[in-house]
Amino acid sequence: MRYVVIGNSAAGIGAIEGIRQADPDGRITVISSEPYHTYSRPLISYFLMGKTDGERMRYRPEGFYESNGCETMLGVKAVSVDPGRKTVTLEGGASVEYDKLFVGAGSVPFVPPIEGLETVTNRFTFMTYDDALALKAAITPASRVLIVGAGLIGLKCAEGVAGSVAGITVVDLAPGALSSILDAEGSAIVREHLESRGIEFRLSDSVAKVSGGVATLVSGAEIEFDILVLAVGVRPDTALIRDAGGKCGRGILVDSFMRSSLPDIYAAGDCTESLDVSSGTVKVMALLPNAYRQGEVAGINMAGGSAELTDAIPMNAIGFFGLRVATAGTYEGEAYTDRKNGYKKLFYKDDTLKGFIIIGGIEKCGIYTSLVRERVPLSRINFPLIRENPGLIAFSRSYRDAKLGGAAI
Amino acid sequence: MPINYIYPDYEIERDYDKCINCRVCERQCANEAHAYNERRGKMLADSSKCVNCHRCVSLCPTRALKIVRTAHTFRENANWNGQLINEIYKQCDSGGVLLSSMGNPREYPIYFDRLLLNASQVTNPSIDPLREPMETRVSLGAKPDRIERGADGRMVNNLPPRLNLSMPAMFSAMSFGSISYNAHESLARAATELGIYYNTGEGGLHEDFYRYGPNTIVQVASGRFGVHGEYLNAGAAVEIKMGQGAKPGIGGHLPGKKIVGEVSRTRMIPVGSDAISPAPHHDIYSIEDLRQLVFSLKEATAYTKPVIVKIAAVHNVAAIASGIARSGADIIAIDGYRGGTGAAPTRIRDNVGIPIELALAAVDTRLRDERIRDRVSLVAGGSIRSSADLVKAVALGADACYIGTAAVLALGCHLCRSCQEGKCNWGIATQVPELVKRLNPNVGYRRLVNLMNAWNHEIKEIMGGMGINSIESLRGNRLMLRGVGLNEKELSILGVKHAGE
Amino acid sequence: MKRVYVNEQWCLACHLCEYYCAFANQDETDMSTALKGVPIRPNIRVEQLGDVCFAVNCRHCDEPLCVKGCLTGALSVRDGVISIDRDKCVGCCTCVVSCPYGAVTPTEDGVVQKCELCVNTRDGEPLCVKGCPNAAIVWESVVR
Repeated sequence: MRYVVIGNSAAGIGAIEGIRQADPDGRITVISSEPYHTYSRPLISYFLMGKTDGERMRYRPEGFYESNGCETMLGVKAVSVDPGRKTVTLEGGASVEYDKLFVGAGSVPFVPPIEGLETVTNRFTFMTYDDALALKAAITPASRVLIVGAGLIGLKCAEGVAGSVAGITVVDLAPGALSSILDAEGSAIVREHLESRGIEFRLSDSVAKVSGGVATLVSGAEIEFDILVLAVGVRPDTALIRDAGGKCGRGILVDSFMRSSLPDIYAAGDCTESLDVSSGTVKVMALLPNAYRQGEVAGINMAGGSAELTDAIPMNAIGFFGLRVATAGTYEGEAYTDRKNGYKKLFYKDDTLKGFIIIGGIEKCGIYTSLVRERVPLSRINFPLIRENPGLIAFSRSYRDAKLGGAAI
Repeated sequence: MPINYIYPDYEIERDYDKCINCRVCERQCANEAHAYNERRGKMLADSSKCVNCHRCVSLCPTRALKIVRTAHTFRENANWNGQLINEIYKQCDSGGVLLSSMGNPREYPIYFDRLLLNASQVTNPSIDPLREPMETRVSLGAKPDRIERGADGRMVNNLPPRLNLSMPAMFSAMSFGSISYNAHESLARAATELGIYYNTGEGGLHEDFYRYGPNTIVQVASGRFGVHGEYLNAGAAVEIKMGQGAKPGIGGHLPGKKIVGEVSRTRMIPVGSDAISPAPHHDIYSIEDLRQLVFSLKEATAYTKPVIVKIAAVHNVAAIASGIARSGADIIAIDGYRGGTGAAPTRIRDNVGIPIELALAAVDTRLRDERIRDRVSLVAGGSIRSSADLVKAVALGADACYIGTAAVLALGCHLCRSCQEGKCNWGIATQVPELVKRLNPNVGYRRLVNLMNAWNHEIKEIMGGMGINSIESLRGNRLMLRGVGLNEKELSILGVKHAGE
Repeated sequence: MKRVYVNEQWCLACHLCEYYCAFANQDETDMSTALKGVPIRPNIRVEQLGDVCFAVNCRHCDEPLCVKGCLTGALSVRDGVISIDRDKCVGCCTCVVSCPYGAVTPTEDGVVQKCELCVNTRDGEPLCVKGCPNAAIVWESVVR
């Protein structure tokens, strides 16, 4: 069996580990346009902070490819797939044959059409290790950094460079920080926390045009900068599948077995869209934990095993200068708000916990995540207790005996 | 009133250098002797609440605690000691009978400690129990006085029902109610694993424990609590309890607060009602009456189970035992005055009854003299503290021994002698659920099994030294004993020679 | 493989497991010296409500969401034990949000902490088990 894995990040690694659970022998070829050993993308901001380095950023230990019997083609871009002849064509014209193909192409940064962008020399996106290396090389203690986008990427970038530059301004069209995952109150907490660390926000505003080192906002304000980071969002990289005739929405469409609409082609991770069980809708959930689990499921199925992913939900854990933020699921239904230990908001509807936002006291919040993920009927647990403090005490004795007690003495 | 202030006998000493304020002492003390003082940021103790059960000492992870005898004293007086004075004060306050528990703690002679065992030298070989077979199994019950043969000349099995023990020890009667469910489970499981017996006491048998029936002795006492046909037939033997060494002549009183849930159901009495066992059996005023009950119970169990009659060791014990042997009982259990209890009037516990060693020797001698020794087996109880005590009891004439206090020690008892309070911190003598929980039977039964196995090894070692390879050969073999520091009268009752003789 | 199991029936909420755990994860060999005056950060925690109590630590799941979701690869399964590479962990707390038992804890040191069954401690076997006074916590292989 010849497996070809396109993509060398969480989904691709998940696929390799999934394949190896079911098939220890088949040939695996990993193709990635990036020339690096697999590394953790979300760590690029920690890299800028100096909390990690190239060595420690490795997502899997050195020797991973050897011990998993993988042939690597790193720094080589796959440009097309022929599902009929079962080949992948590489940049430069060479092609690779496959029996089963995995596509974990990830996403590409969305660069907004801002007038005058070409006039900015120090212009960056913030997604890859190369982006981080370039940004790191460009910044000086005197740099004034303008970040467009107050989402996860933009703010992590801001935190990453905060200690090494003279000033940071974040511009976003949205009225709040992290507005895609936080409500207004939570958003304000995060913004204030970042502001207290010297980061300036220009919200409900956007860059109308740039010229050299000056950005003019829609509001008319002008911001001088030395470094421009574009972090307005990413888009699933669906090109390989779309061009080969596979079905795509915003992302590549996959089922719960991670099969694309093309035969023997599986896809996972940021390039796909799939079912969020907390909302019951199909969406792109570009998050590392999902990418890995999807990749693993794809790999197992590719190698003839049997696996299904039926409990994917959006989930975020993020921190800024020590402030911890955890979110999961969907924010619909009634809300329970608790401000005793930071900020906590639980959303519940139809006897299930739909989602939550917690800022500050995130200890044990994985128990809430499990309620969302497993759609546990709230009527079967002590909800008034668990909404105050996450704990297994709110579950039934039999549940706990099954989970905690093993000894039959 | 200051006049009733009694300085605690024992004081809690904490090494603050070691204490890490983990508060386990506070959480584990049902008497609330320990408390964390927020203001001073440290643990404080109220020794007046301490019963000296060592729960906190045992659980303290940094070994910061110890309990010491107080240096506080009355002006010394050999006649009026501190305890007597304090007891007067307590009675002046309460106007009531003093209660206490476990066995007689007073300084009466302990004859086991004045008896020494023999060993072989030169003229008779000792036996190495690790190399040679060594028999400690015993069979309890009446022995037929003759061999019967059928018309065909073949032997007829006329052996009455018996109890077969892997070693000459059984767990003493302790009722469900006086001790906890978990303590009972521990005893039942240990007896089953060891191939010996435990005894329900007068509390009935919880339905969960019927499965241990083959290793259970069911007791019938003056209150008849929990007695019914199924119960009588659930065990391997039925014991009529006439008396108890800790409180001869006295009945029992389990306070209503211990008659909760399962205890109430098992005893077949209402929740919260005091369980009062009368001092006498009101249907037994003579040996003839006893015989009626013995045979009623045999009838009820279709003559398939031996009947034990248990009495306290009292002045006339030999004559009483002779009567019991003639009543049809298969086994006589004699309980010495050091035997334990969950609650007894202090004056009774400390002043009534006689030592088991003297009672046992007197009974064995009397039954032999009357040539009825084989009609019954003798079980001795009342503070058999070690395998050495057990061996000495066998040499004095016991077929087997009841082990009570040592068994509860195995379960964690630290002999604080506060059973009557019902707040046993070790989960033994209590019915409070969160305290009962502290005795995990998985641990308890294993410790009981270990203890008995250890004793059995020691018994074999001692027997081997004497050149005896079967416990049967030791029974009543008083030549294996010598007294030390005993007077002629004591030696004559014990039927042993003085050391050097 | 041997795991730590907690039998609720025998848990006394004495909290000793928490202290033994905190002690096990320190270099200091004297418990008083190790724990005196310091708030403990155990990897096993007792939950209690009324007469219900039990201790919870990492279940070392067969399908560990914490490991699968770990951004850095700091969490991994080594011989059945979910272990953490403190050098790699950046404290993102994705595992905290993933764990259905609340058994991974954020710390002030910027890395998370969790039970590793004492494989790297001087005892080499779980001290919570040794320290439990009622055998409510056991370390054994159970075939499910």
